Amino acid sequence: MTVTQISQKSILPNFVATRNACKLCAPLGASIAIRGIEGALPFLHGSQGCATYMRRYIISHFREPMDIAASNFNETSTIFGGGECLYQGIKNVTSQYHPELIGIATTCLSETIGEDVVALLSRYDDDPKNAGGPVLVPMSTPSYSGTHMDGFHAAVLAVVEKLAARQECVNKQINLFPGMVSASDLRYLKEIVKDFALSAVLLPDYSDTLDGQALDTYNKIPAGGTPIASIRSMAGAIGSIEFGRTIQHRKTAASFLETKFALPAHRLGTPIGVRESDAFFHCLEQLSGRDTPEKHQAERGRLIDSYVDGHKYVYGKRAVIYGEEDLVVGLAAFLTEIGVMPVLCASGGESGLLAQSIAAVTPEYEGKIVVREGTDFMSIAEEAQQLAPDFLIGSSKGQSVARQLGVPLIRVGFPIHDRIGGQRILHLGYRGAQQLFDHVVNTILERKQQDSPIGYSYM
Amino acid sequence: MSEILAERQRQVYRKGEQTYQIDCEKQSASGSVSQRACVFCGSRVVLYPIADALHIVHGPIGCASYTWDIRGSLSSGPELHRLSFSTDLRELDVVMGGEKKLYAALCELIDAHRPKAAFVYATCIVGIIGDDVDAVCKRVTLEKGIPVLPVHSEGFKGTKKDGYKAACDALFQLLGTGPTEDISPLSVNILGDFNIAGEIWIIREYFKRMGIQVVACLTGDGRVDEIRKAHGAALNLVQCSGSMMYLAKSMKEKWGTPFRRVSYFGIEDMAQALYDTARYFKDPEVLDRTRQLVKEELEVVLPQLTEYRRVLKDKKAAIYVGGAFKAFSLVRALRSLGMKTALVGSQTGSREDYEQLRELCDEGTIIVDDSNPLELASFLEEKNVDLFIGGVKERPIAFKLGVGFCDHNHERKEALAGFEGMMNFAREVHASVMSPVWRLTPRKLRERAKECAA
Repeated sequence: MTVTQISQKSILPNFVATRNACKLCAPLGASIAIRGIEGALPFLHGSQGCATYMRRYIISHFREPMDIAASNFNETSTIFGGGECLYQGIKNVTSQYHPELIGIATTCLSETIGEDVVALLSRYDDDPKNAGGPVLVPMSTPSYSGTHMDGFHAAVLAVVEKLAARQECVNKQINLFPGMVSASDLRYLKEIVKDFALSAVLLPDYSDTLDGQALDTYNKIPAGGTPIASIRSMAGAIGSIEFGRTIQHRKTAASFLETKFALPAHRLGTPIGVRESDAFFHCLEQLSGRDTPEKHQAERGRLIDSYVDGHKYVYGKRAVIYGEEDLVVGLAAFLTEIGVMPVLCASGGESGLLAQSIAAVTPEYEGKIVVREGTDFMSIAEEAQQLAPDFLIGSSKGQSVARQLGVPLIRVGFPIHDRIGGQRILHLGYRGAQQLFDHVVNTILERKQQDSPIGYSYM
Repeated sequence: MSEILAERQRQVYRKGEQTYQIDCEKQSASGSVSQRACVFCGSRVVLYPIADALHIVHGPIGCASYTWDIRGSLSSGPELHRLSFSTDLRELDVVMGGEKKLYAALCELIDAHRPKAAFVYATCIVGIIGDDVDAVCKRVTLEKGIPVLPVHSEGFKGTKKDGYKAACDALFQLLGTGPTEDISPLSVNILGDFNIAGEIWIIREYFKRMGIQVVACLTGDGRVDEIRKAHGAALNLVQCSGSMMYLAKSMKEKWGTPFRRVSYFGIEDMAQALYDTARYFKDPEVLDRTRQLVKEELEVVLPQLTEYRRVLKDKKAAIYVGGAFKAFSLVRALRSLGMKTALVGSQTGSREDYEQLRELCDEGTIIVDDSNPLELASFLEEKNVDLFIGGVKERPIAFKLGVGFCDHNHERKEALAGFEGMMNFAREVHASVMSPVWRLTPRKLRERAKECAA
């Protein structure tokens, strides 16, 4: 198949309205991040509905309890300020949940009325009556700015800024900021780091809190998460690793630690596929002073072997990738190295770095990939119609587009609302690439088998 | 009781253990982690199923994202309601105002989709940034020749119930604008059924067999032109009374349309709804046909229910739902399966609702208004129930504790209304309670160990 050069300029009508959004709002990302801290509770300063909607959305993916408190604004607080609601909310939540930390994220409402949450909270903390209470961490996450990923990174940064303090060097400790990945990814990252004989402060870590065990009695706050004491010790690590090519130019937890504590920041691409994973393992080799352990070398070896076994089935296939920008970049890197062309890379995010990040990981397809930032699912559908993809890869929210196009959807990322086990999909590292590769090849084989009038039993 | 916040103590009542009193219809306590949503949610759920209308959310993106295609409300024709449109307001719009964006968005979407009407949902910040949504709607109504209706659903302006009212206000503007010549004197509107999993089709079929015309469904499988002529119907049947009573009362005031409260859940309530409707029309033929219908349906359903009852007898259930009307029906439906209700609560029940629940329930039943996850978890543990009936937000509480769960909320894909719905309900309850997986869960293992020790 010949690959035609596609213009970067869309000829499709440009809508003012967002039609089937390919993004969520900032406080949702912040809530997930806060859920990854031990003993912590997310709290939204705004209307009751925000918390309830986000809970429903997150629960439907993880199928786990997800309590998010709200200050629950009314008309009076909207006019005169929500300080009293905030204080009452903190008191109630503290008396019910006994959290160690409350992450207080703003919403469009509290931001629009100009609520100074930082000042409100420092006044609360200054009151001797409140001594000994949970650590209160404010974070600015207006829904009119950015996406859920901006909220996620803002929450991680706010927590590190609040807690990390200068301290003695902790030997062999690294900080790892993975971004919004699956619970299985988080567990696997911990395993990898341990195998390098390093200890990592992984932030956030919702591998247990959002993928927990069946219980005998109800846990008010699910067990697990990054311990607060570990976050406090971050400044003493030997360095930070942070995933995400599209966040490399902004202030993040890793850049903050670098600026304030001179901690080397290793800002890598989200390690999806061999090449991006190699960079991650290489970084760990440097930080640990060890070679990649045999176990992981073997996993890499098997992965390459499977790439060889399956290359014919996928070469020249065309994929539409959508979702969070850094997930899209990682998936583009992976698909490119197996010979699948990402014909359209789309995200609701608007970092301004998506196109160059994708270019950096897809040298084979230079100038041939359509990249759309700040887009939505109806635009993706319209554009995809012209690009004739063989499959879509992204969250379950692309289901209607896949159905419309009559092509398979490979479900990855967040949210997966129409299947079970979204939190257990592995994306990262050699092991994640192995699962993705098998999934992609088998999806293509299944379609070929289905479409064949012969019904081959050998493929 | 330690799980209950001081300001919520009066919203929990235990029948037989204390003098009856229950507080309700108040704003959720800050930080209580209420299961309620907001005003916008109330409006959105009521209007959502109108399938040939454009629904656009005016505000930042979240409200539209979280309500995109989330209900199981089916349409027999157009499916415009399953798309999510938003003005997606940004920082600059917050500073400069969003009216121009709303106007442009409405025009392009109406041109592209040719809807019969448009609903514009105002979310939290719209009023604060000074947008005159009414004025934009008026302008587009004139320019495009379809009703463009503002829905004042700013999230903080009350509770979900206020959102119902805002939705009814918008609907009321459509009523009385369509022709009524072809409407039979034996006719009804179905208010408060949202056609989850095709439920309204089951109910419509019953009325057809009875010889009664259904003029408009508000809003399940709803169509703008039908709603426009709803004022021509002889009777309003109101199911979800929390959301639609306001509209029914407004219609009575303006057009004198009488209304009856009904429920289509459970065999008792379903039969009652059909008989109440037939009796209203005082037509002997209609009544005969209704008797025949109920008889035929029960002949199919009752023998099957007997088998379920044998297995499910004396199992304990907990109910926590949005509107209290559903709770009444569920208590009765569970009873017809031989089960007991140990806990019943709702997000938005009224004083009368809870009074009625108190009369309906057994001694020792906990009745709760506007509960939260920690309370619900402690009630489930205390009452050691076998089944919890609620919505998506309640599900993980039950599952974490190894308790069976049935979804009775708007996201479900199973039709539970009507006689055949009762069979689906029985099957689902049975499957939820009897699954072998519970034998492996820690709570059940502990109970079994306790039993063995005894």
